[in-house]
Amino acid sequence: MLFPSPHRVSSPPRVVITGAGVITSLGTGWNDNAEGFRLGRVALKPVSLFDVSRQRVKVGGEVTLPSSLPSSELGSRQEQRLDRATKLLLIAAAEAWKQSGWQSTGHLPMVLGTTSGGMGLGEAYYQQALKAPQDHRRQPSRVHHYQAQTQALILADAFGFTGSVTLIANACASGSNAIGHAWELLRKGHYERVLTGGYDALSQMVFAGFDSLQALSPTQCRPFDAQRDGLALGEGAAILTLETLRHAERRGATILGELVGYGSALDTHHLTQPHPEGAAAVASMNAAMQSAELWPKDIDYINAHGTGTPLNDAAEANAISRWAGNRAATLPVSSTKSSIGHLLGAAGAVEAVICLMALRGQWLPPTSTIQTPDPACSFPVVRYPTAAKLEYALSNSFGFGGANASIILRRWHE
Amino acid sequence: MSNIYVNGCGAVSPAGWGIAPLRAVMANATPLPSKPLARPGWERPLTVRQVPPPEPRPAFLAHARLRRTSPITQYVVSAALEALGGDAPAVKNGTLTLGIVLCAMSGCVNYSRRFYDEALRDPATASPLIFPETVFNAPSSHLATLLGTPAMNYTIIGDPGTYLQGLALGAQWLVEGRVDGCLVVGAEECDWLTSDAFHHFSRQLVLSDGAGAIYLKRDTGTPNPIELKCVTEPCLFTKGQRRSRAVKQVRAKLPPSAANHLLSDSFQNIPRFDAAEANAWQDWTGGRLSAKTILGEGLMAAAAWQCVLAIDALKQERYAAASVSVVGCNQQAIGAHFVNSAFKS
Repeated sequence: MLFPSPHRVSSPPRVVITGAGVITSLGTGWNDNAEGFRLGRVALKPVSLFDVSRQRVKVGGEVTLPSSLPSSELGSRQEQRLDRATKLLLIAAAEAWKQSGWQSTGHLPMVLGTTSGGMGLGEAYYQQALKAPQDHRRQPSRVHHYQAQTQALILADAFGFTGSVTLIANACASGSNAIGHAWELLRKGHYERVLTGGYDALSQMVFAGFDSLQALSPTQCRPFDAQRDGLALGEGAAILTLETLRHAERRGATILGELVGYGSALDTHHLTQPHPEGAAAVASMNAAMQSAELWPKDIDYINAHGTGTPLNDAAEANAISRWAGNRAATLPVSSTKSSIGHLLGAAGAVEAVICLMALRGQWLPPTSTIQTPDPACSFPVVRYPTAAKLEYALSNSFGFGGANASIILRRWHE
Repeated sequence: MSNIYVNGCGAVSPAGWGIAPLRAVMANATPLPSKPLARPGWERPLTVRQVPPPEPRPAFLAHARLRRTSPITQYVVSAALEALGGDAPAVKNGTLTLGIVLCAMSGCVNYSRRFYDEALRDPATASPLIFPETVFNAPSSHLATLLGTPAMNYTIIGDPGTYLQGLALGAQWLVEGRVDGCLVVGAEECDWLTSDAFHHFSRQLVLSDGAGAIYLKRDTGTPNPIELKCVTEPCLFTKGQRRSRAVKQVRAKLPPSAANHLLSDSFQNIPRFDAAEANAWQDWTGGRLSAKTILGEGLMAAAAWQCVLAIDALKQERYAAASVSVVGCNQQAIGAHFVNSAFKS
């Protein structure tokens, strides 16, 4: 039963990550991305997926898709119908799946975050419906594949599993909410393993939307810079295979890291603007810390939401300063959105993988585009590739509608 | 015993604003008439069953956050306030921690279509006022703001079976003590674009819109409350599991047929779509309610109406228990079971 859960746990099990897959504009897979984030490479370029000639801003973190998809149980006809978002999802999932060593049998729940599913297909549908209203060719397929649940079911088909699918659409916090929800399912004893993550592809509508809000940077995305003037949009996906420590140990899995905390809170200040003091951000970080039984002094690095918009970064800087107290003065913070842009529903998941990379490699990912840190930042913003001793990393994700989520990862000692 | 109870329900449907008109049209057992909806480029309109304009205009629309909202948010808020009843002040003053789970399939399609249309014409003049209202979680954010609750708030998407997943999620939050009450709302809004999309799969299908809300608590303080007994694991429609098998699996997880039990199913009088559910439930001997045959295919809202109507029938003590069977469009089959505590002994 989904409810009430037939399982009871006397003490919550530890939850570990045994597989991680990622694709961003920095590249496909762990190695390219780890190297890119470690060095603070910037992978933004002119958008070629749709017409941006009339937009204020014309660059984004567009992914160069590999020439072929990873092998899976999908048939060639199924593969031909996949849209860009599903391909991103499938590529990230294949890497995580392979790394985890999971087998394609049995029940496996999936929790994914997305903001727009297969929006590109929806756009193609709409354009054809208007320009050629009597032409129905390809339209049924677009309707079907546009929907996020179809994309999730394609993953189930690709790797041969079945189980509940939960799709969280909490705007830009979706990826972190998805991972956090998956963590909770394991901690409460509902399951022993969960596939989780987030994905979103660039689409014309969303690009135009952020541009209409004048939220996109017409110069360069510089989170926490005193002269910052907006965000960059990007696309990608990240998938994690989560399982209880006991389950991972039982099958002799290689453990990449541990997920130790999750919190969320809602900011009711405004649909698109955070409360200037970042009250919900503080609540979200506090909730994550409480679930992890940690204090700010324990955190060694924060991967900030850090979009690069004046309002977000000011509110988040306030929130981190208030939350960390004296610890803020020495707590390294960076936003990796300077490298790949804001990945919306994928952001929280990709940034969780970046934290995992940093914990494993013992380095801090820099915000390399920053020139003059905003004086509102009472914490050091990581600007250059830096080696560091890291035990715990916290990742923030904040979204439209006031959706705030924070997750905490821990280094795994072999 | 799950110890999770229904503390209130609310609905907005083509029958009108509130549960009373919904109950009335179901009692009448006659499908609501459909109305034409212009489809650009076609001489012949599409047909839909839409929510009628509210009369009088709801007072909540005066709230600053709700002035520009599209119909889906208005439906969500109205259904939620009806379900919440007298608990709204306790939420506002912080003595009751309220969680919100909003479930949608098409979501904020009116403004999404409008905004994209503007962006195609000229992105330089596309309205920044409309875009934020296109995100899936805009309605739940507006509702939380109106009620003044910063607590757990998830928007989950998928086919209509997702509404029952939402019920399970809300119930779980209550069990874990993370919230004192939880609103689970399913909602959709009509648009020619959605109707056009479904037209490719069936000419008989008539889309409808509205919302349904269930307010769950650990105790209700009222005699003979309705208990959410269980929500089954969803059974997916995958390459390896056909729709008919998935529905049968759900059927097997719910209690057996009984004369004083109600089945609220997702039939819509389209044999091709109903076949799997008809086959799985052919031996049912209890009462039966098929909301979509009267109200149309309201997607997530329809799944919520199925639950609201089942609970309403239990409240009137017409049945001892009710099973809800939701066979979704393209994702899953799932079921839920409610019991009337008065019949327990």
